[in-house]
Amino acid sequence: MSAAEDVVTEAPAVEAVPKRAMTLGTGTSLLVLAALLIMPVFVKNFIIFQMTMLLIYGLAVLALNILTGGSGQFSLGQSAFYAVGAYTTAVLMEHFNVNYALTLPIAGVVCFAFGFLFGQPALRLSGVYLALATFALATAMPQLLKLNFLEHWTGGVQGLVVTKPDAPFGLPMSQDMWLYYFTLVVVIAIYIFSVNLLRSRSGRAFMAIRDNEIAASAMGVDVALYKTLAFGVSAAVTGVAGSLGAIAVQFVAPDSYTITLAISLFLGMVVGGVGWLPGSIVGAAFIIFVPNLAEGISKGLSGAVFGVLLFLVIYLVPHGARQVAILGQQFAGKLRKN
Amino acid sequence: MELFTNQVLAGIATGAIYACMALAVVMIYQAIDHLNFAQGEMAMFSTFISWQLMQWGVPYWAAFVLTLALSFVGGIAIERILFKPLAKAPILTNVAGFIALFAIINSSAGLIWDFTIKQYPTPFGSAPFLGSQLISTHQAGMIGVTVLLLLGLYFFFQYTKIGLAMRAAASVPESARLVGINTSWMIALGWGMASAIGSIAGMLIAPVVFLEPNMMGGVLIYGFAAAVLGGLTSPFGAVVGGFLVGIFENLAGTYIPGVGNELKLPIALALIISVLVVKPAGLFGRHIVKRV
Repeated sequence: MSAAEDVVTEAPAVEAVPKRAMTLGTGTSLLVLAALLIMPVFVKNFIIFQMTMLLIYGLAVLALNILTGGSGQFSLGQSAFYAVGAYTTAVLMEHFNVNYALTLPIAGVVCFAFGFLFGQPALRLSGVYLALATFALATAMPQLLKLNFLEHWTGGVQGLVVTKPDAPFGLPMSQDMWLYYFTLVVVIAIYIFSVNLLRSRSGRAFMAIRDNEIAASAMGVDVALYKTLAFGVSAAVTGVAGSLGAIAVQFVAPDSYTITLAISLFLGMVVGGVGWLPGSIVGAAFIIFVPNLAEGISKGLSGAVFGVLLFLVIYLVPHGARQVAILGQQFAGKLRKN
Repeated sequence: MELFTNQVLAGIATGAIYACMALAVVMIYQAIDHLNFAQGEMAMFSTFISWQLMQWGVPYWAAFVLTLALSFVGGIAIERILFKPLAKAPILTNVAGFIALFAIINSSAGLIWDFTIKQYPTPFGSAPFLGSQLISTHQAGMIGVTVLLLLGLYFFFQYTKIGLAMRAAASVPESARLVGINTSWMIALGWGMASAIGSIAGMLIAPVVFLEPNMMGGVLIYGFAAAVLGGLTSPFGAVVGGFLVGIFENLAGTYIPGVGNELKLPIALALIISVLVVKPAGLFGRHIVKRV
């Protein structure tokens, strides 16, 4: 333990996912899209609400995926960005009467700035040290939102109630259904943006940094810029998810955005497959439905049941839903050959 | 000035708790290279076992030793059964495994011993220590045990064959395997030792924070922070980090206006991050240079 410096060759913390393997094929994508479009017509309002939440959490997991799967940086602070987005929307809607749809881009910009600035000191940290820094952000956020001098805007511990928007142009739709389609459009737009981002020059820079920071900087990638940029983009997307969440739940309060949310989002990313964007929605389904399922199996032991289910998933598919997709693809390929 | 010294003393007393926990965190980090999020829950479970033994009439020190042995075996069992199959899985999947373990232990302890707060005895008594109202004999005893533990670990790692083997297995697994070290069992041994140290921490902390399934939540966060501040590669750093965090936290609570109990944690963490920004590997950590 006395050596001042150790030289190690270690595998990168996040596996290298080639960028083509980050998305679904066109056919599958269209199939999923069609299912998402038709579904609400046949189900009850409560299920539509749950599907809206599924899309929203999916978006938040996607944001973490851009950061971790894309640029290799780890974050336990996503709940803080989510909270900033949610509060931006709530405050703008309730205090300034801004239209709900307009609050989304504003929340995105605010969160981008916040994430970009937070990325600056985080630049010098990596691995567990970065995890601790982001963790600190996540634990501080609920306390900051409760601060006295902000209470006029944030409503303090009690939070703010947000009005649910009606369907526009007199469309014959329930509020829940309208919000579902509204969310779906936003999520699809951001998904397409993310896929293209990761395929662009910036995306390649993210991945170069993820795979080997020193090599990336030697090839002329501005490591500091792209690392903070990844934080900014991730925060912006999380912020939009937070805004949508605030509108869907119709309520924001400091204690909805604790570290538990950040940990759930992290689990969602692992279950969905780190670096596989479509997996985000699978991960979101896991973090929304499995705790309910566990509660259904045993009230007293719900935490233990959840833990066991999580263990089962990571034993069977350590690489998450991505592994299932790859296996499925190989299987389909074999069938075609025969 | 007297307020200042008093707060520093109080900080050292709480710091001893964090130092204990940080030591356990560093131990396991040395062995497996990850932060184990379930560490606190493992310590809590061990403490409950010792409490149960005492309820059955076992005297304190016998229960202490028995718990230590059980925790050691339990730690090894957890590694062999749950985490060995994940050895080849990505790191983030392992972290998810720690979170799952956390949920399982916390919820089972709640079911077995319920969530009511329980008193836990101290072997050192709780009279004021050397006439000071701020440090009780229990807290002084806790500091003493932490220092002894640290010395013991130092000698173990520096002067025993098995300690050397563990260090080798942690720093260069492949070369260690080539010279005949069973690296897989060294990892298990690391889990066992971390679990045993955690149980000591738990049994020393329980008289202060009282025994209940969520007793370790806050302590573990400070323990992590202390370990990271001191440098995750250095057990000595972890202990120093623990005391520093305790002092930080108390001084921030006293001198910065508007900081109640609620904001103590974020401020302590913010201070630690400022330290890390200047010294990214922690105060006493080794700087690791990566090969391209």
